[in-house]
Amino acid sequence: MHTNYHTYITKQTSATPLAVFRILFGFMMLVSIIRFWSLGWIDTLYIEPSFSFSYYGFYWLPNPGQFVYLLFFICGVSAIFVAIGYRYRVAILLFFLSFTYIELLDKTTYLNHYYFISCLSFLLIFLPANCYYSLDALRGRCEVSKNISAWTINSIKLLLCIVYLYAGLAKLNSDWLVSAMPLKIWLPSKYDIPLLGDLLQQNWIHYAFSWGGALYDLSIPFLLLWKPSRSFAFVLVVVFHVLTRILFPIGMFPYIMIISTLIFFDATLHGRILKFFSLILKKLQLYRSININTTTNANGFKIASYVVGVFMIVQLLLPWRYIMYPKELFWTEQGYRFSWRVMLMEKAGYAQFIVKNTKTGSQFAVDNSDFLTTFQEKQMSTQPDFILEYAHYLGNYYRSKGHQNVAVHVESFVALNGRLSQPFINPEINLLEVEDTFTHKNWILEFNDTIEGI
Amino acid sequence: MKKNITFILIILLAFVSACGVDDTSDIQPTDSYDRSALLVNWADNIIIPGYANFSQKLTALEVASEDFTQSPSAISLDGIRNSWLDANIAFQKISMFEIGRAQTLNYRNRLNVYPTNSQEIEGYISANSWNLELPSTIDAQGFSALDYLLYGLGTDQELLEKFTTGPNASSYKMYLLDLVTTMQNLTSEVFSDWNNGYRASYITNISSSASGSVDQTVNAFLFYYEKALRAGKVGIPAGVFSGSPLPQNVESYYNQTVSKLLLTQALNATVDFFNGKGFSSEYQSNGFSLNSYLEALGSEKNDASLETLINNQFQVAFSKIELLNDNFIQQITNDNTKMLEAYDELQRNVILMKVDMLQALSIDVNYVDADGD
Repeated sequence: MHTNYHTYITKQTSATPLAVFRILFGFMMLVSIIRFWSLGWIDTLYIEPSFSFSYYGFYWLPNPGQFVYLLFFICGVSAIFVAIGYRYRVAILLFFLSFTYIELLDKTTYLNHYYFISCLSFLLIFLPANCYYSLDALRGRCEVSKNISAWTINSIKLLLCIVYLYAGLAKLNSDWLVSAMPLKIWLPSKYDIPLLGDLLQQNWIHYAFSWGGALYDLSIPFLLLWKPSRSFAFVLVVVFHVLTRILFPIGMFPYIMIISTLIFFDATLHGRILKFFSLILKKLQLYRSININTTTNANGFKIASYVVGVFMIVQLLLPWRYIMYPKELFWTEQGYRFSWRVMLMEKAGYAQFIVKNTKTGSQFAVDNSDFLTTFQEKQMSTQPDFILEYAHYLGNYYRSKGHQNVAVHVESFVALNGRLSQPFINPEINLLEVEDTFTHKNWILEFNDTIEGI
Repeated sequence: MKKNITFILIILLAFVSACGVDDTSDIQPTDSYDRSALLVNWADNIIIPGYANFSQKLTALEVASEDFTQSPSAISLDGIRNSWLDANIAFQKISMFEIGRAQTLNYRNRLNVYPTNSQEIEGYISANSWNLELPSTIDAQGFSALDYLLYGLGTDQELLEKFTTGPNASSYKMYLLDLVTTMQNLTSEVFSDWNNGYRASYITNISSSASGSVDQTVNAFLFYYEKALRAGKVGIPAGVFSGSPLPQNVESYYNQTVSKLLLTQALNATVDFFNGKGFSSEYQSNGFSLNSYLEALGSEKNDASLETLINNQFQVAFSKIELLNDNFIQQITNDNTKMLEAYDELQRNVILMKVDMLQALSIDVNYVDADGD
């Protein structure tokens, strides 16, 4: 067992795929940051809201206010440094920290693909991605080598496989496969897409996309891993992600995934990509070559493989935590996040909060737009942990305004995957008496339907 | 391997060229539900005739206001009061269409914010100086300011005195005329915009994005129903948002007798819009509408279709409103429970429309501009 581990961990491979990955990743991150900034979203998503929804355990995180721009700036600059491989370890660490900090500021903006970026950048901290074709290598700031341990590249592949596989497994439910929901709702609304618009109205297309999507997610890891099918798999990757980009507002994610899957190709392709980069650098008269002693290997620091191993185990287990909760996952969303449930359901809700005086019985309704942005209200009205956090915020707010014996109740309705809206949270419960924990939220009302599947 | 890189470049090119596709907005729709026809019905049979009708009533109000200020008498007072009510009723038919020019002008608020600020109005009149273009004067203009001047100055005798022999008589007249002129100007600005170009861009903007006409109209409609109708006309005065009733916040507080009439007219307009019922008497058949759109999408819920559930709920709300006193101040003071019951029934359709209908139509609530995953 130990010998196997030793063989695996010391097995060598070319450093070029990891170098290409580092460069493209840094570049894509830079583009993402610039795009986010130029769309004015830093302001609308992080500065404008007067209240933000915190992740469990991160209530202490200070809101940087205007300094959030600085965070984005740090994030962008460190992405450049990652791409060029300049002081790589510090740069990728800074990137991971600033990016994750931004994500932790408000869970309203939670997206699987932001979580993916956090995971990937965390992983990259432990990989010797700067040992080749980098400024660090040029200046001899790190172990310089054409070869690296194979596990480093494999860990990226594994993370990608997990993302696809779990996204595929999550689709194995009756709503997705039997009712073609939520694509039956989403696709017809894209009537104005050229060529496809008409087709998207067809019932069989909804089923074809649902089944095709599930099949794609479940099979693509294997098609990418197996050499004979790799090129074909990459065509599928591009077609699939371009299609999702056209159909849904998912920003940079499709491109990031397409670029990331290049890691599955062998060193010959990546060598050519690096040659292409060299050509550009030569044109710009920035190209410098160095002699690399081919006999040495860059292994990264020793503890790295252990950290990555533990990280992967967590990644493999975390999406299954929902099994420990009773009731329907889509309804309660207990264990829903951080599990690669991508574009999986259509949920809409309405939450009317009632502030009561428990002594006098007098009550009034809250206008959510006084406290939340439209986006926050939309996210809050379908997710129990948001509703609870907001109720506590309202309780504190009205207490501070001098209200006595405050109780906060909510009359809420949620429609899931085209079903008629149903009462969501028990309106009898004073939410101020409930604390957010990881135990089952028994104040969520019963979902009066069944969704079969994983 | 050379081939490999060419192949990847082609693929990359393909997806880069695909990037721009999602922004296209002027492509003809090809699905079964004709959104162009929907927008044409809204524009040509509901919105534009609605503005035409309202403009006409405002012109009548303008004439009546000139009559009244030139020779204030019991007869001319009666005339302007009638014109005020006619115009107010006509306004309820178009108030929900806060899009385009109306949106940039903040039209609904300029014409119908209530309660009005009588102290502010009296201040302007005694100072003989005001500027109705200032945002700060928004609660001193529109129908409710007229309501104050036409019904809130005491007995008819006292009112006529203020406009004839009172110390600020000319100022009262000027203010009244300015109120009507401002409403007229704002309305003709919106109306002429519809007639000059906005209609054309409105009916062709069938994009599925948040800037598309269907999205914009439906969002404006729902915002109106939730905030202006449900909350403004019923919920706020009944004390739903304040803990205790606020009878002074009813619509047409000084007139006292038409709050229910205005609510009924507004709800009628809402139901007509939902069912695509044309405005003019020549065009009364049910046209392209949210109702027929939902029907085409086949949004079956339990045993009934969503559009039926919504229409039924409107009828329930009507039946509760029918039980109310014409005078909402009396209703709220004597038996607020009935008012709250009417509110609850109106509220149920907020859920059916804002949650279920928007989900069925896959329309996003107002401009949530961010990525999804």
